[in-house]
Amino acid sequence: MRHTISVLVENKFGVLSRVSGLFSGRGYNIESLSVGETIDPQVSVMTIVTTGDDQIIEQITKQLNKLIDVIKVTDMKELEHVEREMVLVKVAPKQEDKAEVLNITEIFRGRIVDSSQKTYTIEITGDEKKIEAFIELVKPMGIKEFVRTGKVAIAREGVKKK
Amino acid sequence: MKISGAEIIIESLKREGAKHVFGYPGGVVLNIFDSLYDNKDVQLILTRHEQGAIHAADGYARATGKAGVALVTSGPGATNTVTGIATASMDSIPLVVLSGQVPTMLIGNDAFQEADIVGITRPCTKYNYLVKDVNDLSRIIKEAFHIATTGRPGPVLIDLPKDVTVAKAEFTWPELDMRSYKPTYEGNKWMITQAAHTIAKAKKPVIIAGGGVILSGASKELRELAEHAEIPVTMTLMGLGGFPGTHALSLGMLGMHGTYYANKAVQESDLLIAIGMRFDDRVTGKVEAFAPHAKIVHIDIDPTSIRKNIRVDVPIVGDVKRVLTVLNKVLKEEVKEQWDEVRKAWLKQIEDWKAERPLTYTWSDEVIKPQFVVEKIYELTRGDAIITTEVGQNQMWAAQFYKYDKPRTWLSSGGLGTMGYGFPAAIGAQLAFPNKLVIDIAGDGSIQMNIQELATAVINKLPVKVAILNNRYLGMVRQWQELFYNERYSYSHLDVVPDFVELARAYSAVGLRATKPSEVEPVLKEAFKIHKPVFMDFVVNWKEKVYPMVPAGAPIDHMLFEEPEKKPEKKLKAVK
Ligand SMILES: Cc1cc2nc3c(=O)[nH]c(=O)nc-3n(C[C@H](O)[C@H](O)[C@H](O)COP(=O)(O)OP(=O)(O)OC[C@H]3O[C@@H](n4cnc5c(N)ncnc54)[C@H](O)[C@@H]3O)c2cc1C
Ligand SMILES: Cc1ncc(C[n+]2csc(CCOP(=O)(O)OP(=O)(O)O)c2C)c(N)n1
Ligand SMILES: [Mg+2]
Repeated sequence: MRHTISVLVENKFGVLSRVSGLFSGRGYNIESLSVGETIDPQVSVMTIVTTGDDQIIEQITKQLNKLIDVIKVTDMKELEHVEREMVLVKVAPKQEDKAEVLNITEIFRGRIVDSSQKTYTIEITGDEKKIEAFIELVKPMGIKEFVRTGKVAIAREGVKKK
Repeated sequence: MKISGAEIIIESLKREGAKHVFGYPGGVVLNIFDSLYDNKDVQLILTRHEQGAIHAADGYARATGKAGVALVTSGPGATNTVTGIATASMDSIPLVVLSGQVPTMLIGNDAFQEADIVGITRPCTKYNYLVKDVNDLSRIIKEAFHIATTGRPGPVLIDLPKDVTVAKAEFTWPELDMRSYKPTYEGNKWMITQAAHTIAKAKKPVIIAGGGVILSGASKELRELAEHAEIPVTMTLMGLGGFPGTHALSLGMLGMHGTYYANKAVQESDLLIAIGMRFDDRVTGKVEAFAPHAKIVHIDIDPTSIRKNIRVDVPIVGDVKRVLTVLNKVLKEEVKEQWDEVRKAWLKQIEDWKAERPLTYTWSDEVIKPQFVVEKIYELTRGDAIITTEVGQNQMWAAQFYKYDKPRTWLSSGGLGTMGYGFPAAIGAQLAFPNKLVIDIAGDGSIQMNIQELATAVINKLPVKVAILNNRYLGMVRQWQELFYNERYSYSHLDVVPDFVELARAYSAVGLRATKPSEVEPVLKEAFKIHKPVFMDFVVNWKEKVYPMVPAGAPIDHMLFEEPEKKPEKKLKAVK
């Protein structure tokens, strides 16, 4: 099962390696990880996407909680929440496909953030499904490369998980 | 008044009550050493190797319950501590390790004797620090002692760049404020009540006591529980001494080299009360076949220990002492069960198992049996000694044939199984208890891993005794090769073992040797009278194996026992 885990940590050097070291040292898998500051500059938030059965996820959250620099661990599975990820896709379409690429970008509410004679760089934000769908659609028209930010997630206010 | 970083370090150690520091000097810690030179509050014990310093600090910590402290230089000094730090980490032992570091501005430059010790020790410390500002120093030291000794204890390393030890600051001793570190001490009352009712219903309960009982100082509460509810107690290797080994309810150690009756009782039990233990694979054997009929109550201060390896029915996160205090109260005041009748059949069954297969070995008139040496040590000390061990067969016999009645009298590297641990640990324990008899039960292989510390013992007049069970083999390895590798003794024979008697003399210590069973007692008696470090070389039967033994990965009631010897002992003695 895939879980998105949000971890509030002290914003100090070395904390990222403590967290990533925990995953590598114990053989847990990290699918994506993103780090950023929070409203309190002394606190960072890490959003980690990982997979494992219930027992492994339980160990992961317990082990994260055990790290001295970790303030709070939230498994987003337990909450109603919003997840987003951004991807930058560089496509090099043939002349006849260019209009279609722009069209799909439009439909996905993406933006062209850079262009050259042969390529467009497109920014798409959304949940995983949207991003996957976009990539599937433009793939036949020639993706040169893409980079993904990894997921960020936030709990919804006042909404209980059914 | 502003004082230097070095002076801040010493003042902080003094405030933490750390009178003894084990260490070794080098370039970047010279300022600290200079401040120690005429200091009356903190004494440095110069070891002969940084690994020795760490194990000595660890032995000191295990014997006293306080944090052990070590001070080493950067680079090789720091990396030499890694095995010792990992040893302490695996066994949850509180240490504060101060390592020197190259000056802040040189960090990352591959400077002379630079090693990223914070990076290297990240996975084997509870926490570690690189101090970048002298103004943070005292707070960090205070935090380090706090983290090392509270919750689930463990080693903490503080890396000290040279310039930080030179820079000056006002000394402050701030109140600690750590929002992200708050161990849970009180167990959940509802869960504890659940546990009490589960205990009330059980017909065949067993307590498994682990290292957490000793770390928590909960022997009294454990005994109260066992006696009140009439529950037999088995101990992990780390739990030995947490419950009296001579008590009628004691089953001795369980697991791979545990007693027949402990393993039987666990497998047949309908309730396991696991207290401050972590279900190591040496304890459970094949996990799927472990205690198949038992409900499991698990008390541990570290939530990650619970449900890591074994399913649990009643998890209780908290400090053993506090949880047991409440549990005992609930049992006495709310449950009020009388167990005398209920337990009769179960305790009778256990007595039968004890009679069926006690811990034994085959006596020999000609060759010294290592178990006999341990038995004699127990007999002559009447159990009133601090025993440390090396690793291997010597360690297992020391666990089996000596009865530990009190906590902190058994110091052994369990989790990491570090050969070379026992001798420096004995030195640390002896320093803490100058008037106690401290004995390292050693193997001829392991003792050579930190034998240089004999100088430390001699110079500091620490009269530790080392009983070497000399089988000329890496015996535990040889045992596995004999049993599971078709007797292919690949590189487990030590060929040349030093003359330990002469070696002791070379260090101005005393060396004694016994080659016949009749010499064992006289040698021990003489050694115990001598107020100096003594090496006792017991030339023992090299073929001896540790039994019972559960082969790796088997259920723990699948035990191997000693087979009656086919060949006469005499022939087995000869080894070239
Ligand atoms: C050659 C060799 C053979 C071995 N054979 C065996 C064997 O046959 N049987 C055996 O048992 N072991 C054996 N061991 C040792 C084994 O490897 C483990 O070290 C040992 O079993 C662990 O003991 P423990 O579960 O008590 O845990 P420890 O490592 O002592 O852990 C203590 C536990 O208590 C918890 N704790 C700490 N403080 C508190 C507190 N205040 N309150 C509550 N909980 C607390 C901790 O979180 C932790 O979970 C062997 C080792 C070697 C080297
Ligand atoms: C540092 C280290 N290296 C290797 C091992 C693996 N090992 C475990 S027991 C053992 C043999 C120990 O020999 P000795 O000290 O003579 O003890 P004996 O088993 O003969 O009593 C070895 C090599 C270890 N535990 N520690
Ligand atoms: Mg040996």
